[in-house]
Amino acid sequence: MNTQNETFEAEDVLSLAAAWKAAGEDVALATVTETWGSSPRPAGSQMAVSLSGRMAGSVSGGCIEGAVAEAARKTIATGAPQLLDFGVTHERAWEVGLACGGKVKVFVEKLG
Amino acid sequence: MTPETLARLQAARAAKRPIVRATRLPDGTERLLPDPDADPALNAAARAALRADAAETVEIGGERWFLQVFNPPPRLAVVGAVHIAQALAPMAAGLGFGVTVIDPRGAFATTERFPGVTITTAWPDEAMDAFAPDSRSAVVTLTHDPKLDDPALDAALRSEAFYIGALGSRKTHAARLKRLRELGHDEATLARIHGPVGLDIEAVTAPEIALAILAEIVAVRRGAAMGRKAAA
Repeated sequence: MNTQNETFEAEDVLSLAAAWKAAGEDVALATVTETWGSSPRPAGSQMAVSLSGRMAGSVSGGCIEGAVAEAARKTIATGAPQLLDFGVTHERAWEVGLACGGKVKVFVEKLG
Repeated sequence: MTPETLARLQAARAAKRPIVRATRLPDGTERLLPDPDADPALNAAARAALRADAAETVEIGGERWFLQVFNPPPRLAVVGAVHIAQALAPMAAGLGFGVTVIDPRGAFATTERFPGVTITTAWPDEAMDAFAPDSRSAVVTLTHDPKLDDPALDAALRSEAFYIGALGSRKTHAARLKRLRELGHDEATLARIHGPVGLDIEAVTAPEIALAILAEIVAVRRGAAMGRKAAA
């Protein structure tokens, strides 16, 4: 007797994003491609964003998700991918950065 | 990511086939690897990333490629569809493990008690043959019954399973090791068994014991010092 697990695997952001896309939503995928220092999430960490405002996964400890979601909406609109840099090097305190002192690169692309 | 790439990627993952999605930065040109038509250096980098089970950005021929690794999920075989297993199975699934519960006693191994996990009611020796533990597998025995636990431990010790744990007191464990020694396992092999199972957090309830077991599995998988406590 065998029954198969039908639920999504832990942190399977790609499958969630694919499901949103299949349901007719416009979706962008953000992926951490490189990290330096004490960045909270390793390379490969993903976050999916839909134009309707859904979000899943993470690319940091919550520090840059807002800015990445904004970039994702732009990529959905233009279709052009973006390679974003986040770190503590921003001179102005109100810019988005990582309080932990780490640096990350995040690649944002449209799905489908 | 094109719809075609997404479909091929999801098909490979559904078939539990390891695959790497390579993305050229910053323009987003994509490849699925390994691919006989791709640059051999790119294929070699993809295979290394799969072995390391970690995404990375590499520079090849003056181009920067981000390699996203999709290995099949690690697996956990739980022998004994007992109360602790009912706590262990959903917690392990939440940590990303594909869980198989093995118990020939059909009254225990029911989908009502174990919703959403793979259940097999074959005898543990047959069930372990089918499970075929590899280096990304963990095996935990929970029955306390040598008839059920021993064949599973015997099979696990003959495999590359990265974690083997057996529930039972120190006394039970010493008797278990004696029986397994008689099956021909040497001391170094027997030392692979974590028994008593789990990190020592004074766990009492079934969910607490499940937490202790999973914490130990994660510690071993990630190479933490506390995962290397001497067995028995």
